Amino acid sequence: MQTLRRTPLHDRHVALGARMVPFAGWEMPVQYEGVIPEHKSVRSDAGVFDVSHMGEIEIEGPTARDLLQATLSNDVDRLEPGDAQYTLVTNEGGGIVDDVILYRLDGHRYLIVANASNAAAVFEWLKARELRGSDVRDVSDDFALLAVQGPRALERLGLGGARPFTWAMGEVDGVEVMVNRTGYTGEEGVELACMADEAGRLWDAVLGRGVVPCGLGARDTLRLEVCYPLHGNDIGPDRDAISSGLGWACALDTEFTGVERLRATKADGPAEKLVPFVMTEKAIPRHGMPVVGGGEVTSGTMSPMLEVGIGMAYVPAGSAKAGTELVIDVRGKERRGVVRKKPLYTKEQ
Amino acid sequence: MASESYPEDLLYHSEHDWARIDGDEAVLGVTWFAQDALGELVHYEAPDLGSSVSKDASYGEVESVKAVSDLISPLSGEVLEVNQTVVDAPETVNEDPYGDGWLIRIRLSSPGEKDELLSADQYRKVLEDA
Repeated sequence: MQTLRRTPLHDRHVALGARMVPFAGWEMPVQYEGVIPEHKSVRSDAGVFDVSHMGEIEIEGPTARDLLQATLSNDVDRLEPGDAQYTLVTNEGGGIVDDVILYRLDGHRYLIVANASNAAAVFEWLKARELRGSDVRDVSDDFALLAVQGPRALERLGLGGARPFTWAMGEVDGVEVMVNRTGYTGEEGVELACMADEAGRLWDAVLGRGVVPCGLGARDTLRLEVCYPLHGNDIGPDRDAISSGLGWACALDTEFTGVERLRATKADGPAEKLVPFVMTEKAIPRHGMPVVGGGEVTSGTMSPMLEVGIGMAYVPAGSAKAGTELVIDVRGKERRGVVRKKPLYTKEQ
Repeated sequence: MASESYPEDLLYHSEHDWARIDGDEAVLGVTWFAQDALGELVHYEAPDLGSSVSKDASYGEVESVKAVSDLISPLSGEVLEVNQTVVDAPETVNEDPYGDGWLIRIRLSSPGEKDELLSADQYRKVLEDA
C-alpha cells in the first residue's frame, strides 16, 4: 500500500473537521465547511489554501539562466530579481511536462514552484539537463506554501499592494515569509512561502485574521471559473502548448525544447483548441465526456457563482470561436452548451 | 444542513436510499449518510413521468460540485411524480433528506419487494460495518 505524504498542517486540517482525500500522493483537505461556501468566501472576502504539497526546485549558478532558457517556454531574460513568471516545461513535441511559476531570487538563483503531481518529474527533467555551473536542488521539504486569495486578502494580512508576478520578503505576525503576488483563483491575493517548521504559526496567524480555510474542491472550482488550466486535466505532455491556448507563455523567438514544433503549429494553426464553455441546458460537464462531433471535455463543474455547468474542452479549431454551440454527451444524454471567451466569471457580472 | 438521523418509519436500501410506503405507492429519497458523503447537491437528473423504475437499478442521478451518484431504487414501479422542488433547488436534499428533499413518488409493481428492505436499525448496522 502506498503511504500518503502529509503537509506540516495535516493535524490542523483534521482538527478543523476537513474531509481529507488522497491527491497526487498527498493526504489533502478537499473541503472544510463545504466547497460552495469556501468558494464564495474567496470571491467576496478571503480564503487560505494549504498548497504545501506543491514542489519547490531551486536552480543556482552562473549558467542557471542558460539551463532555464533552454528548458522553459517563456523568456527567462524578462525577469529581474524580484520578478516571477508563468512558464512551461516543454517536451520535444511541444507538449507540457508541467506548468510552473519561475521566480528570480537574485542574479544567479531561481526558484520553480511545480505542481505536486509533477514535482519529481520536473526535478528529474532539469537535473538530467544540468549544465556545468548550474545546480538543481529539490527543496520541497524545506518549505510550506499558503495561498491567501480574495478581494480582502491583502487587507486582512496587513500587506500593501504590489504588481502581480513579483515577490518580496515580508512578515505576517512575526513569521518571515516570501510574499508572492501570484495565485490560482482569479482574485487578488498572495502565495506565502515559509519554512516548514513555521507553517503552523503562519496558518494560525492567517486564520486569526479572519481568513476562511478552503480545500482543494474550492481551488478547482475557482480556477475553472477563470479558465486557468489544470495540468493532468486540461494540459499535459501529449498536447502542445499552442493547442492548449498557452502560446502567450511561449517565447517563440527563444530556443527551448520543442520550440520548432510550436513554431510550426503556430504557423499552420492547431487542429484542436482548448476552449471554455457554459452549459445552456441543465447539466454538469465532467472530465472525459465526449463532445458530439469531435473533442473532449477536460474539466467541468457547476459554477458556484454563475450557477450553471461550466467547463473546458478540446474542440476542432473550426468550432472554437466564442458563440459556437457545442453538444456534450452527458452519460448518454446530449446536452447543449456554448463556447465562451475567457474568463467565464468576472466581477462585473 | 440536517443532522444525522434514520427515521424508524422508513425502509432502507443498502445503497443509501429510503422508501416511505403508503398503500400501493411509495415515496423515495436518499439517506442522510448519502447526502453528507456527496456534499451540497447542485443537480438532480430526474426520471421521466410514467417511466418504470426497477428495484436495485438506477433511476436517476444527483451531483455535487465534485461527484456524481446514481440513485438506486429500493422498489420497482412506475414514476407518478418527480419532486420539482429538488429539480429547482437540489440543496433541499441536504436540508431535509426525508421531508422536502424526497425525489420521486412511484406506484409499486411488486409490493412484496418491501420485505427485502432494511429497517432503520439494520441500515445503521450497514453504516457501522462499512
